[in-house]
Amino acid sequence: MQAKQGKANLWETIKSKYAIFLVLVVLFVICSLLNSNFLTWGNLTNISRQISVTTILAFGETILIISGLLDLSSGSVMAFAGTLSVMCYKALGEGAGSMLVAILVAIAIAMFCNALNALMVTTFKAPAFIVTLAMQTMARGAALLLTAGQNVYQIGNYTVLGQGSVWVIPIPILFMLFFFLVTRYILSDTRFGRSLYAIGGNEAAANASGIAVNKVKTAAYLVNGVMVGMAAVLFMSRVNAGLPNGCIGYETEALTTAIIGGTSFTGGIGTAGGTIVGAFIVGFLNNIMNLTSVNSYLQQIIKGAIIALAVIYDIYAKSRRTRKKMGNIEDKAGKK
Amino acid sequence: MQTDIKLELRNISKSFPGVKALDQVSFKVRKGTTHVLCGENGAGKSTLMKIINGIYTPDEGEILLDGKPVKIDNPIHARSLGISMIFQELSFVPEMTVAENIFLGRWPLDKYRRVDHAEMYKRTQALMEREGLHYSPYEQLKNLSVSDIQMLEIIKAVSNDPQIVIMDEPTSAITDKEIEKLFEMIRTLKERGASIIYISHKMDEIFRIADDITVLRDGSMVDSRPASELDVDETIALMVGRRMENKYPWEDVPKGDVLLDVKHLTSQGVFRDISFNIRAGEIVGFAGLMGAGRTEVVRALFGLDPYDSGEITIKDRRREHLSVKQNIADGLVMLSEDRRRYGLIPIRSVMENVSLANLKKFIYKGWLHRREERDAVTEQCRSMNVKTPTLETTVEALSGGNQQKVVLAKWMEVDPDILLMDEPTRGIDVGAKFEIYKLMIDLARKGKALLMVSSELPELLGMCDRIYVLSQGRITGELKREDFSAEQIMHYAIGTDRG
Repeated sequence: MQAKQGKANLWETIKSKYAIFLVLVVLFVICSLLNSNFLTWGNLTNISRQISVTTILAFGETILIISGLLDLSSGSVMAFAGTLSVMCYKALGEGAGSMLVAILVAIAIAMFCNALNALMVTTFKAPAFIVTLAMQTMARGAALLLTAGQNVYQIGNYTVLGQGSVWVIPIPILFMLFFFLVTRYILSDTRFGRSLYAIGGNEAAANASGIAVNKVKTAAYLVNGVMVGMAAVLFMSRVNAGLPNGCIGYETEALTTAIIGGTSFTGGIGTAGGTIVGAFIVGFLNNIMNLTSVNSYLQQIIKGAIIALAVIYDIYAKSRRTRKKMGNIEDKAGKK
Repeated sequence: MQTDIKLELRNISKSFPGVKALDQVSFKVRKGTTHVLCGENGAGKSTLMKIINGIYTPDEGEILLDGKPVKIDNPIHARSLGISMIFQELSFVPEMTVAENIFLGRWPLDKYRRVDHAEMYKRTQALMEREGLHYSPYEQLKNLSVSDIQMLEIIKAVSNDPQIVIMDEPTSAITDKEIEKLFEMIRTLKERGASIIYISHKMDEIFRIADDITVLRDGSMVDSRPASELDVDETIALMVGRRMENKYPWEDVPKGDVLLDVKHLTSQGVFRDISFNIRAGEIVGFAGLMGAGRTEVVRALFGLDPYDSGEITIKDRRREHLSVKQNIADGLVMLSEDRRRYGLIPIRSVMENVSLANLKKFIYKGWLHRREERDAVTEQCRSMNVKTPTLETTVEALSGGNQQKVVLAKWMEVDPDILLMDEPTRGIDVGAKFEIYKLMIDLARKGKALLMVSSELPELLGMCDRIYVLSQGRITGELKREDFSAEQIMHYAIGTDRG
């Protein structure tokens, strides 16, 4: 009896923890069977490189959503930070030193925008949704003002980060992996990470347990800022220009990725692993729909439906989990 | 004689998981009279009223209305039977106007089934003129004071000429002048032939308006008599009863230095001039009725709410500014009365909840050492006897008693010296209660200072070395264990000045 229950529990754990991973594996197999071009080194690296920028943004969103926040400004902030970074690089001239400065400028700008987001959220207790929506508009305006609405071209070797490779692996993928490890470290190995989960799970209790709620939220936005800044550099260098009108809708892509990866919109739940898996699910789907020439408008409908499904699943899983445990586990625990 | 019984309850029983809230309660309400129901917090008064109002269904027993058995399904059904209830908690929508709130859910409709605003405001105006209220039907609710709103709640309840009006502590939030108005209304209602069931533990009020009095204790009816046959002392004696059973593991622990010393703590409009102290090894109780300010004092001390003035000394150090973080570092922790809101992260695991307040203990050079965390949490859960399938189980899946033990385990990880425990045994079963009592005594033996806020008087009498009684935001009495008397505490708590 005991062993059987243990087994059932293990299966439950696997199902709840790795369900999303199973989905990815199944999808991978299906895609491989559907089209012979799918399972090739070139195609898989291509997918990975395509998803890298939005996935880096999604890590930032994951950290924020877990603590009950979100960022709707990341696309615009990328445009602002990215164009400014490109302009800096052009002004300083070619070289590794000016590239480093350009990266730091992008990160600093994105962190500054996110510091403002954090200030509004913590000091004035404004809802993150509205605050970052306002920042979305402001940052876009700033990018356009800065460039007078013109794209910045001839950016020289700025393109190395977005287009280059180390050995056979494109650089953006390396950055994506780097930020995956950073996010994983933050979420599972630090006090900051635990505080994020606690705040998103129950802010009042987190506060009553001695967690400095406002500091943690500010830190979450600043970390997000670093990721947005780096994503901006990778994006601009990939498209070969500073685009003040670029990155529109990137924040939605990032949110989609995080949600499909199992981050709960009500806060307190989510992992770095889930998000990267979510990113590959989106990437594979896009890719296979292109390879099998699905109408691009239809693709949008399918993608939207998948987001809705992911959210419904999240709510369903949560209610089932609570209901079931309320009944069963209490009995089991009682008998032990 | 039989004909003038409006409402009769026969052998009503109701259980909730772990508690028998009502046990074979019977009583009769006569037509055109006020029937007062009194008892301590948790005696079952509100449960009984919710049964009459159709919010709960009784497990056993029957309800007779005008001599005929009825089954009351829900509050709307109750209203159609002429039963109206005034709630203790206010049930209004702040953004809506007075008129919209009075007609909430039963707005008058015109022939196109649109809300007939003109009619609604006309009727509200008439109602307010009849009851002598001074504000406009167009006023938004959020602009009114709490007492205005409470009066509105009362008017709403009587607006459809009910035959039975249930009032659950209607005077807790209104001014003296309005109390007079309320009593005037009660008289009018009685003249119209309506019956009133009035819940209160304010003795002066009770004896002003009661025709009959029924006393409940621990879910059972103790006595039901005409008010003329009872007096204040006898009623209090009936309310508290005589039950000093030996279910409390209290022992006389040697006392040490004063660990927490509070002088003249005041928060405008909430509590004032609160002075008390707790020594090492001592369990001090805060008794009082709901709304006496006990929770508020504890929250202010823990740094959750601000206070205006007062001198606080924690372990010989004066604290000018209280913050949760500093308090935890100083070894002062609080167990909230509302553990789901302030104690737990329900959707996270037992492990994360237990290590939450003292996670830095497991962090070396920026990395969380999960092995050590697991070992410590396992040990803590064992000593606290937390029953959970795994440490990864989410806390929301545990029973109330185990949830409370998780919160306690969290604080034990901090190794506190001073514990403020607000209703530590609320909503948990008898077995878990006893374990928490034992833990309290263990802590006292280790020289910790404990403050226990409780609405259950027997528990305070059983577990405390000293009890302070609060009433309306002030300490009205202090008793040493040898002088403990439930009657005396009740007198202090109600505020009737007696010796």
